[in-house]
Amino acid sequence: MSAMSSTYTRRRLVNIISLSLSTFAMLFGLFWLAWILYTLFKNGFGGLSVTLFTQTTPAPGSQGGLSNAIIGSLLMSVGGTVIGTPIGILAGTYLAEFGDRGWLAPLTRFINDILLSAPSIVVGLFIYEVYVVRTGHFSGWAGAFALAILVIPVVVRTTENMLRLVPSSMREAAYALGAPQWKMTLLVTLRAAKAGVVTGILLAVARIVGETAPLLFTALNNQFYSNLNQPMANLPMVIFQFAMSPYEDWHSLAWAGSLLIGLFVLGMNIVARALVKPQQQH
Amino acid sequence: MNAALKPKLAVKNLNFYYGNYHALKNINLQVGEGKVTAFIGPSGCGKSTLLRTFNRMYELYPKLRAEGEILLNGNNILEKGVDLNMLRAKVGMVFQKPTPFPMSIYDNIAFGVKLYESLSKSEMDDRVEWALSKAALWTEAKDKLRQSGLGLSGGQQQRLCIARAIAVKPEVLLLDEPTSALDPISTAHIEELVHELKQDYTIAIVTHNMQQAARVSDYTAYMYLGELVEVGETDNIFTAPKKKATEDYITGKFG
Ligand SMILES: Nc1ncnc2c1ncn2[C@@H]1O[C@H](COP(=O)(O)OP(=O)(O)OP(=O)(O)O)[C@@H](O)[C@H]1O
Ligand SMILES: [Mg+2]
Repeated sequence: MSAMSSTYTRRRLVNIISLSLSTFAMLFGLFWLAWILYTLFKNGFGGLSVTLFTQTTPAPGSQGGLSNAIIGSLLMSVGGTVIGTPIGILAGTYLAEFGDRGWLAPLTRFINDILLSAPSIVVGLFIYEVYVVRTGHFSGWAGAFALAILVIPVVVRTTENMLRLVPSSMREAAYALGAPQWKMTLLVTLRAAKAGVVTGILLAVARIVGETAPLLFTALNNQFYSNLNQPMANLPMVIFQFAMSPYEDWHSLAWAGSLLIGLFVLGMNIVARALVKPQQQH
Repeated sequence: MNAALKPKLAVKNLNFYYGNYHALKNINLQVGEGKVTAFIGPSGCGKSTLLRTFNRMYELYPKLRAEGEILLNGNNILEKGVDLNMLRAKVGMVFQKPTPFPMSIYDNIAFGVKLYESLSKSEMDDRVEWALSKAALWTEAKDKLRQSGLGLSGGQQQRLCIARAIAVKPEVLLLDEPTSALDPISTAHIEELVHELKQDYTIAIVTHNMQQAARVSDYTAYMYLGELVEVGETDNIFTAPKKKATEDYITGKFG
């Protein structure tokens, strides 16, 4: 009897301690997040205005906005996503559905894991070497390619994981009807994993919109609107340039740009979460 | 066995291996055309394994192999060159757990049909209605054909899976414990269905439920540890089994 109650007391104690520790860890994380958001709002909110979206980046001391940087970021992020997503989904599908036998899949998975954790500046340098040097100039395309290389491993990983979550009974059911493997994959398992795959894409987008390093050697920057064959303005580079400058009005634009990116990434993550939720209920 | 019995499936000297594990040992039996054959036996005796050789489901996984012969309409389906998709068009299967595809009720049924036939919209509508009616799901589902199959109850999902399997008009229907996850009412539905379906199909059903085997089947096979102990007309097996082991199992002394 006393042995039992002492075990019970100990278990309660352990429970209380671990609960407090994890609550503390959560509060610790939330604290920094809240602080970051607070700083972004405090410094960036004043800079939000219509001209931010209509005027290009100004010379120091004159009026201006971030429109060229916003458009550049949008173009290159969309470009990187459009290029990277199909490759990522195809490769992820191969790994999950077709790569069970043989050496190609484990090798691909290994390389993908390396890509996933590769510093993004290395990716920028790589594109600089194989594209910028050859074409002879920085360009929006080079930026989009660099971002695509960041998108691919994220999408490969999530696509594979989401497909693996689809129960094998679903595959068997499709095979039992006599479906060939490609139809089973396309019409059944990919569809079952759809919300998860889309979530992966959104998370990849959220990751690339704030990336500076891969654009440093590829898109560089531009004071004006440009097409994808020219150096292209983008929010992260402009923020970096303006924040490091001694000019007060540039600082306020840099804060406004940071707030934009922050809100965008937050929104993407919320949408991604909302997408996964209804699926978990099944 | 009954001399008048026309074998749809004839299993001859069948051995099955999971890697080194010998799961089916020299099985010989016939599944009669237009009859319901029940497979009973304690858990792990190889009922599912046997059923999954009839449509070569085991091919999906490496290291599994079957030896011997299984004749479907007289042709050995275990031979190398057999087209597995065509085999599975003839031999449909319904699993223990309902497995609706993540698409509408209508598309769940059209999925299999489209693999083999190109029907017009109205022909497909007819086929969907026919299959759902056969599976006793039409009245419940006719107003929500465009809704997801995942939104149905467990028993409805299982009937959807049966409808999906019969929509492609197979010759043989394999049912692996189709009612083990269902409530008594859904179970009764599906048992009636089996009764109904045997007019057109040859049915092999695995069940843990002895009463169910007695109710729905014409023939019963009792398996134990990978061997076929006894097979015969269901009435005989349940009233006058030839082997002591069968009697013990049926009367509940064991298993
Ligand atoms: N994938 C597998 N790999 C190795 N052994 C397996 C595998 N699947 C089944 N077995 C073994 O084969 C034997 C027969 O299994 P099977 O699933 O056919 O039994 P069962 O009669 O259907 O049982 P239950 O009534 O529990 O469904 C069991 O001993 C089981 O452990
Ligand atoms: Mg089984």
